[in-house]
Amino acid sequence: MTAKIMPLAEAVARHVKDGQTVALEGFTHLIPFAAGHEVIRQARKDLTLVRMTPDIIYDQMIGMGCARALVFSWGGNPGVGSIHRFRDAIENGWPKPLAIQEHSHADMAGRYQAGASGLPFSVLRGYVGSDLPKHNPNIRSIECPFTGERLAATPAINPDVTVIHAQKADRKGNVLIHGIVGIQKEAVLAARAAIVTVEEIVDDLAAPMNACLIPHWVLSAVCHVPMGAHPSYAHGYYGRDNAFCKAWDGISKERETFLAWMQKHVMGTKDHAEFLRSAGIAMETARA
Amino acid sequence: MPSAAANLARLTHAPGVVLIYESGTIGAKPDVLPLSIGDGELAEHADTVVSIPEIFRYWLQGGRVDVGFLGAAQVDRFGNINTTVIGDYAHPKVRLPGAGGAPEIASNAKQTWIIIKQTKRSFVPKLDFMTSVGHLEGGDSRARSGARGAGPTAVITDLGVLTPDPVTRELTLTAIHPGITVEQAKAATGWELKVAPTLAATAPPTAAELATLRELHARTARAHGTPGATE
Repeated sequence: MTAKIMPLAEAVARHVKDGQTVALEGFTHLIPFAAGHEVIRQARKDLTLVRMTPDIIYDQMIGMGCARALVFSWGGNPGVGSIHRFRDAIENGWPKPLAIQEHSHADMAGRYQAGASGLPFSVLRGYVGSDLPKHNPNIRSIECPFTGERLAATPAINPDVTVIHAQKADRKGNVLIHGIVGIQKEAVLAARAAIVTVEEIVDDLAAPMNACLIPHWVLSAVCHVPMGAHPSYAHGYYGRDNAFCKAWDGISKERETFLAWMQKHVMGTKDHAEFLRSAGIAMETARA
Repeated sequence: MPSAAANLARLTHAPGVVLIYESGTIGAKPDVLPLSIGDGELAEHADTVVSIPEIFRYWLQGGRVDVGFLGAAQVDRFGNINTTVIGDYAHPKVRLPGAGGAPEIASNAKQTWIIIKQTKRSFVPKLDFMTSVGHLEGGDSRARSGARGAGPTAVITDLGVLTPDPVTRELTLTAIHPGITVEQAKAATGWELKVAPTLAATAPPTAAELATLRELHARTARAHGTPGATE
């Protein structure tokens, strides 16, 4: 065991501070729900939350008052509909006003890539005709010095902390991701500190030569959190809990039912295992 | 809806079609329709799964997507679309999900098809917010804007199919579904709808197509208790 492998509560206490820019990434797959819950439990506030696809976990963090700003490209509950706490924050300023900085997916991907590459900005063939640049001063344009073409330019994203979930780590803390790998590697390499939660810790990752492997020496903390992506999925471990994603629509529609659910299952539990028992979510041991 | 349409094509007349989802799955062959564009089902049977930067840079901006399928909350007469807000941006009446991959799909795919329910609320004279480009202000304005590709070549609704006029680029009703009248289509459009002089009737689905679609939906319902959806 190295010092990097630690309980999730310790990783969040050590690395996530009020007022920081924090990215939780995972594109539908491997969304770090357990880590998001821990940030809520530790009552972090004034965060600038970054995420391409704010969905249920950011709905929960926004509704619990963790965020003062959101940088994103698509906000919804995939296949279900709106995320109500996100909408309530934007439309009504509840529980507090939420400043938004809105991009497209291609642009967010480029911003993380620039951040990971040590470049100050990203260039994109995008936003042609779109109103987004009128409302987001970070979307500007640049003339190609070679062809004279006008292209969109946006600043690099360098989160203070990036948090992701992955299938497994070895005992040194090297992390292996497979399936839809999304933007996780770029988001980790762009960040000043990175926390990874994993389904299991193994002796040997047996990683194929070209696998998406994130070496331990770019990570700040690796935490063993089985089912840590629920209700999203972990390819090879468990499927997406579609029933929960649909149920969330009802839970989150009203402020009172939302707060009651969060108090009972997140604030009222000490860790993810207890959360899963409290919320009645079966631990799936069968490998998909 | 786009996912169901594309998979129906794959299972019927276009077995070689390469389905690309913005989650990074290339050559996806889902047995059931995904609930989201990042379902494991898409990765499981794909030819390859690439990262998000790669899908948008090499494959989309690299000009390798023939047809981009887009949905929208609002569309205008030039096929520009809104998926961002209803009302004022700073104080929206309804906050919609936002851009996602659409702005760059709209301006980099070789052509786009828009699928949308046709009503006065969705077919508006002026978008509340322009998220993704269609034919901009009509004429050659799209070509001059720097957008690549032909833009929206078809807007497919529950009433018929609209295609852009070759010169003005204004959406024109060119085909109508069986049982629908031109008056119905006009009444469901927030501007004075142009209608082609010779209006085609949409061919009804064949028995084989219907059976394939129904089986797909039945498999999907068994797998996750819903007919399936995208974004």
